[in-house]
Amino acid sequence: MTLFQRVLLVIAFTAALPVSAGSGKLIGTAGLNQLEGAGGGGIVPWATLSGYDSDSEVSVNAFLTRVNLDDYRLQVAGASVSLYDRVEVSVARQTFDLTTLGGDISQNIYGAKVRLWGDVVYSAMPQISAGVQFKDLQDEAIANALGSADTSGTDYYVSATKVHLGAVAGYNLVWNLTARMTNANQMGLLGFGQTSDDDYEVMLEGSVGVLLNRNVAVGAEYRQKPDNLGLGEEDWWDVFVTYIPSKSFNVTLAWAELGSIAGAPDQNGIYLSLGGQLW
Amino acid sequence: MVKLLSSVLAVVLLAGCASQPQTLYSEMGGEAKVTEIVNNFVTEVEQEPVILAYFEGSDIDRFIAKFEEQICMVSGGGCQYTGDTMEQVHGGMNISEKDFNLTVDLLINAMDKANVPHPLQNRLLNKLAPMRSQMLYR
Ligand code: HEM
Repeated sequence: MTLFQRVLLVIAFTAALPVSAGSGKLIGTAGLNQLEGAGGGGIVPWATLSGYDSDSEVSVNAFLTRVNLDDYRLQVAGASVSLYDRVEVSVARQTFDLTTLGGDISQNIYGAKVRLWGDVVYSAMPQISAGVQFKDLQDEAIANALGSADTSGTDYYVSATKVHLGAVAGYNLVWNLTARMTNANQMGLLGFGQTSDDDYEVMLEGSVGVLLNRNVAVGAEYRQKPDNLGLGEEDWWDVFVTYIPSKSFNVTLAWAELGSIAGAPDQNGIYLSLGGQLW
Repeated sequence: MVKLLSSVLAVVLLAGCASQPQTLYSEMGGEAKVTEIVNNFVTEVEQEPVILAYFEGSDIDRFIAKFEEQICMVSGGGCQYTGDTMEQVHGGMNISEKDFNLTVDLLINAMDKANVPHPLQNRLLNKLAPMRSQMLYR
């Protein structure tokens, strides 16, 4: 059994634990699963854990995301388990189709996150979490050809997230700030570091959103990126609208501007994600 | 002409009054609305066995009166809260995060059914939310 299958199995077995399923958070305040599988927004990991579990519950979550860009298409399938609103373990499989050039690159990502402090809604200060994402490229040829130092790598991040009840003319405001230590090129899809320089750098990422009612959120995200390969890798941003009709289902539509990717400029497009709590 | 001017003046003054910052209490609809919210909340609790269990043996009329006072006070309605402190009231109940949240969901349902607009609901929740730390696991 591969590591990927093993993590999936652990997630599946969590649903069989003799504790109740997640319900102990206000709807919408569990957030989504981001592109690398962690609980978060769309492109940024947040301090929130991915399910509605409180300190006596566990939750199992799954998501499917697709980003259609001018010359590429990114598809991500993933799952996460969140234990007692304390620890989150996630797995994601990214497939990056080179729709113009032909071929694809896939990458497995294993994530873990610990909530260190606070409650995103109820504490006066933000909720703080720290996490890791171990990334393992399955198709190494392109990363090697572009001059990456490695075909696997680990990101480390710290996030602060806060919901301010009624802060914007009575509407709930959510913001997140993440600092990520990384040497990944385009999240790792193009490898890690560069032959002469595999140094880590700290990148800043942020999100801000407003909940228009208990089920709809709109907002924007930003993700700073390194440019190890000298291919003009650019920062990412998106604007999103998320509909969360229930704790077991959410759908997000976004416009993503991902800049230059592997020499192809202005990669913009529609981001669509379906997710929810299975248990 | 004088009459016209003075009535214009009166309108301007009245408009000025109306745009004075209103309290959350009066925006929600004052005493009648708070009574409706609290009554709805009691109905919600009656239909939720997990939370109802906490209220076994409680004096519901007292709860209604004190909760109304408290909502009136925190929303700027000028009431004086005469109940016990949150620590005193909820101490010994060992309220879990999960049950606390369920109770907040019931309060939201109560406000929905009283047609309290979403922004006003959030502003009231914002006044009550910080009290959570005085209640959990005590
Ligand atoms: C922000 C949340 C809450 C607020 C503002 C609040 C407020 C109050 C107030 C004002 C009273 C009446 C106090 C008095 O009689 O002097 C009360 C009583 C009570 N509350 Fe809460 N409460 C909250 C959450 C909860 C939760 C989560 C539970 C249980 C799960 C709960 C269970 C009770 C019970 C059982 C009583 C009656 C106590 C008795 O009869 O002595 N409350 N609450």
